[in-house]
Amino acid sequence: MADFWKRFSRNRGAVIGVAILVVVLVVAILAPLLLPQSPWRMVQRPFLPPFSMDQYPLGTDALGRDVLSGLAYGAQVSLLVGLVSTLAALLIGIPMGALAGYFGGWVDDALMRFTEFFQTVPSFALAIVLVAIFQPSIYSIIAAIAIVSWPPVARLVRGEVLSLRSREYVEAAILSGQSNLTIILRQVLPNTISPIIVLASLMVATAILLESALSFMGLGDPNMMSWGYMIGAARTVIRQAWWLSFFPGVAILLTVLALNLIGEGLNDALNPRLARRGK
Amino acid sequence: MTDQVLRVENLKIALPEGADRDFAVNDVSFDLHAGEILCIVGESGSGKSMSANAAMGLLPELVRPVGGRILFDGNDLLTLSEDEMMDLRGRKIAMIFQEPMSALNPLMRVEDQIAEVFEAHGLLTRKERKERAVTLLTEVGIPDPEKAMRAYPFQLSGGQRQRVMIAMALALEPQILIADEPTTALDVTTQAQILQLIRNLQEQRGMAVMFITHDFGVVAEIADRVAVMQYGKIVEAGTADEVLDNPQHAYTQKLIAAIPKLAAEASEVAEPGTPILDVAGLNKTYRTGGGMFGAQARVVHAVNNVSLTLAEGETLGIVGESGSGKSSVGRCLVRLMQPDSGTVKLAGQDMAHLSGGALREARKSIQMIFQDPYASLNPRAKVGRIIAEGPMAHGVSKREAYARAVELLELVDLDALSIDRYPHEFSGGQRQRIGIARALALEPRVIIADEAVSALDVSIQAQVLDLLADLKKRLNLALVFITHDLRVAAQICDRIAVMQKGEIVETGPAHAIFDNPQNAYTRTLIEAIPGREKELAAAG
Repeated sequence: MADFWKRFSRNRGAVIGVAILVVVLVVAILAPLLLPQSPWRMVQRPFLPPFSMDQYPLGTDALGRDVLSGLAYGAQVSLLVGLVSTLAALLIGIPMGALAGYFGGWVDDALMRFTEFFQTVPSFALAIVLVAIFQPSIYSIIAAIAIVSWPPVARLVRGEVLSLRSREYVEAAILSGQSNLTIILRQVLPNTISPIIVLASLMVATAILLESALSFMGLGDPNMMSWGYMIGAARTVIRQAWWLSFFPGVAILLTVLALNLIGEGLNDALNPRLARRGK
Repeated sequence: MTDQVLRVENLKIALPEGADRDFAVNDVSFDLHAGEILCIVGESGSGKSMSANAAMGLLPELVRPVGGRILFDGNDLLTLSEDEMMDLRGRKIAMIFQEPMSALNPLMRVEDQIAEVFEAHGLLTRKERKERAVTLLTEVGIPDPEKAMRAYPFQLSGGQRQRVMIAMALALEPQILIADEPTTALDVTTQAQILQLIRNLQEQRGMAVMFITHDFGVVAEIADRVAVMQYGKIVEAGTADEVLDNPQHAYTQKLIAAIPKLAAEASEVAEPGTPILDVAGLNKTYRTGGGMFGAQARVVHAVNNVSLTLAEGETLGIVGESGSGKSSVGRCLVRLMQPDSGTVKLAGQDMAHLSGGALREARKSIQMIFQDPYASLNPRAKVGRIIAEGPMAHGVSKREAYARAVELLELVDLDALSIDRYPHEFSGGQRQRIGIARALALEPRVIIADEAVSALDVSIQAQVLDLLADLKKRLNLALVFITHDLRVAAQICDRIAVMQKGEIVETGPAHAIFDNPQNAYTRTLIEAIPGREKELAAAG
């Protein structure tokens, strides 16, 4: 473990990424304590520019709501959606990929054709359709994002399993009489974890972007303040009140950048052979 | 002595921090003379390849020379710039590698690869290059050079690819040829041809050859002088006869003693035990290509009507070159591969037609030891679990299985505390012992060892072979020993089956096969064993 951190921290970008993400996490968790007022509440006159009142440092929006408060609560939504939908996508993708890769033959064919079915539809369009059908809510958004983002997981796991399954230690496990399930769970999957973790960290970033895009289009959960919604609501007044879209935009940018940096750092740390060679 | 062309003085090469020792090569000095073959011998990790790579300026990143000189033509190669080295490489010093498939560009025709050598140094016109390429290919003994010119590497056999590599190395008539384990990946008969070729070319051209190998048999075949390396130092150097016949250093003596002797003892097994494994009419064919659009499928008979028997407590060797189907036979026996037809009777029960639970139960009696000690243990499982998993899958309680694992580790001469360690903490030989312990965990009656010692250094190999022989006797195991190495087979096997192209061409007691082979192919195989003539001469 100590060794892992040593290799991880050698990538300076990854450390910066972790720092940004920790800040976002802390803000999301402490939002109800720091800013006890609902982000939907009108607190001041509309279009209050940023840095003009100490109490509302980032100003207010078209209805006089506090932008800082919106950002803080939006962080909750973004992180929640990112993490939960990625977990859900892993729960679909890993078993699909493992079964396809391990059993091969018609099982592989059937599962992979099914996967391709999802891959051929543009993922954002599919997500919009799904959310529109199921009524926008945090659950339907998470479900929609999970459904459009599991195919790459299945593909990755299948490839890994395919190469692992002909390893000699897997053959030894077959000979020692272990059941297929035991072999998949104990011999094969533990050895696929590194690339899955790397992929998952990048998927969280993509999920946050997808959620923002859905909210921007007005398909967000109407009861939850989110970064995408804030930008969407501010787009009509972008010339009068630049800060309304600027701050949430920066928040999205930094969070996604942080996750990508972390993903790259994890890749270096978990796949030492593929990592860039020493300096 | 003729004049020296390369002189290595007190060469020191540092390894990056955290490696198992500070210097890959520590204070090494040797001379290479024109018209001689110098063999540098050593086990893996002895630094033998590093010395050669330093001369070519091909050290891996993070590994750098920190002392000494490599003198060539009055220049110190270690101080030359990359441009100067580039000019030297190929033109003055050329190199051939172990694996000709990965050393050749798979997407380039042979003629282009050879022409590229001239092109890199800006020599000859396009047409001349082509003519030279044909001459070179003829010189290295490729049949039908005109046709080989148009071939891609994958269309050539391993031996032919190595010949192409040699042709490329010789293209600019270098003064020095560095050969890094050039025959290790080749079959024994091909190896003999390539060694002969290198020897002939060296004599014709008066080149100096630096030949790096781990195999003393090869040394006996080809070397004029020998330098033995251990832990980055040259422990002994001298003419081939001196070193081989009268080794002075303890390490050299140990290495030479560890080489399996060719002569198989006439085993005193007078009464063959009760047969435990009876294989009859085994067939396995592979089909590639073909498919939907009616293209002609390529059919390979990997196993062609193979029949053999194995008695209790007996060791049967299956020997053959790569592609002879020997591994396929082993895998069919344990049903890692489904044979097309035939029966595999294990203690009267037909393994070939079992499935599900019955197969699982039957497999307890027939276990396998694998070739690659690095790929055969799950890197994320502790040793205890690796060994205990089998019995646990058959319903033994966890406590009992782990207690048994400790016993097994002691049986294979490993520390009982090993159960809590991960495979990467062990050396290759120790890992192979873990693999053996795993195979024994289910108390099998038959063990299939598929090239079980091929990946090990010769001294480790001897230890593992001793262990196997000892375990076999103590536990009354029957052993099927699959190998390409006839020396190993001679040492451990009671009976030997020789395979060629999927068929068994000769079976018999080990000493009979070696002393009086009946089949022409068997004779070729035995004659090609490196170092055999020397050994025969020594035996009188």
